[in-house]
Amino acid sequence: MEKNIAYVALFAALVVALGTTPALTLPGGIPPITAQTFGILLCGTVLGARLGGLAVLVFLGIVALGFQVLPGGRGGLGVFVGGSAGFLVGFPVAAFVAGLVMRASTLPVWLAAAVAGVIGGIGALYPLGILGMSIALEKPMIEAAVACIAYLPGDLIKIALCAAVTHSIAQMRPQALLSRA
Amino acid sequence: MLGLTSAHKTWMHRLPVGPKLALLALFSVVLFWLDNLWPMLVALVLVAALVASGGAGFARQALRLLQPVWFFVALLAVWHLWLNDPLNGLRIALRLVVAVTAANLVTLTSRLSDMIDLIERLLGRKVALTLGLALRFVPVLGERAAMLSLAWRARSQKRAAWRLVPGLTVGAFDEADHMAEALRARGGLV
Repeated sequence: MEKNIAYVALFAALVVALGTTPALTLPGGIPPITAQTFGILLCGTVLGARLGGLAVLVFLGIVALGFQVLPGGRGGLGVFVGGSAGFLVGFPVAAFVAGLVMRASTLPVWLAAAVAGVIGGIGALYPLGILGMSIALEKPMIEAAVACIAYLPGDLIKIALCAAVTHSIAQMRPQALLSRA
Repeated sequence: MLGLTSAHKTWMHRLPVGPKLALLALFSVVLFWLDNLWPMLVALVLVAALVASGGAGFARQALRLLQPVWFFVALLAVWHLWLNDPLNGLRIALRLVVAVTAANLVTLTSRLSDMIDLIERLLGRKVALTLGLALRFVPVLGERAAMLSLAWRARSQKRAAWRLVPGLTVGAFDEADHMAEALRARGGLV
C-alpha cells in the first residue's frame, strides 16, 4: 500500500518535472511539444496500467489545483473546459492502455514500449483529444482531426524516446519495470 | 512551483470552495447546452462583471490566463469567415472564452489548502496524501534533474536532453522506496 502510493506520487512529480525542467524539454521548443506526453507514456510503460494511470490522474489533480505545469505554463480549472480538454482526459487513458499493452506483449522491452506508445499515445489519446476539440469548437471530428495532425511528428519522436528510456531502465534495473513484473 | 491563487484579495476568496465548484459545474453545463448568441452574451457580461469586481490587478491576471484560448479563437475566426458564418463562430468562441474564464475564476479565488481539504473530504485521506506527496517531490526531482544536467555538462559538450531521463526515473524509484519506508515507519496507512 505505502509502496503503491509512493510510486504513484513520485511518477506524478516526474511528469511535472519532465514538462517544466528546461534542461529536459525536447528540441523544437514550441509550447505544446514538450516532454510531457513522454512522461505520461513512461508512467504506463514503466509502472504498468493501474499505477501508471493513477499517477497521471494525480498529475491532472496538480493541474486542477492551479499549478501551471502544462506546456506553455498552463494550468488551473480552465484548461479542463478549453479546446484541448479532450487530450487531458485522454492522458490517464493513454498511460493505462500503454501499461496494458506492455503487460500483454512478449516482445523485447524497447519494441513493446514503442508499440505501447503508439497504441496508448496515439490510438487511445487522439480519438479522445479530437472528440474534445470537436465538442468545444462544434466541428465535425474529421476537421478536428486535421487540426491535430501537426502534433503527430512530435508525438512519434516522443514515443521513440519513451521506448529508448524504458529500455535503458529495464537494463539498469530490471525489477523497476513494474509493468512487466 | 507557484499556484494560481490570486494575491489580489476579492470577495470571491471568502466563499467556500465546495459551493464555488458546484456552481461552476452547473454554469459550465448550462453554457454548453445553450445554442444561441444572446444568452451567450449575457453569460459573457456576467463573467466579465465578476472579473471586474476583483479590481484591475485581478482582472489582468484573469486575462493573462486566457492566453491558451486565443489560438482556438483565431482558428475559429479564420474557419468561420471562410465558411461565411461569422455569427456561429462568434458564439462558439464566446462560449470557449466564458467557460475558461469562469473555471479560472474558481482557481484564482480558492486557496490551495482549502482545495486539498475538499479533496480529502470527497475522495479520502489516501488521495489527499498522494497529491501532497507528489507536490512535495516536484522540487526534489527538479533539483535532481538540474544536478544530473550539471554533471553531464561537466563531462560533455553535447546536449543531454532525454539521456538524463533514465537516471532521473531510477532516482525517482529510489526516492519512492525511501518514502514508502518512511510512511511505514510512521505507522503506515490503514
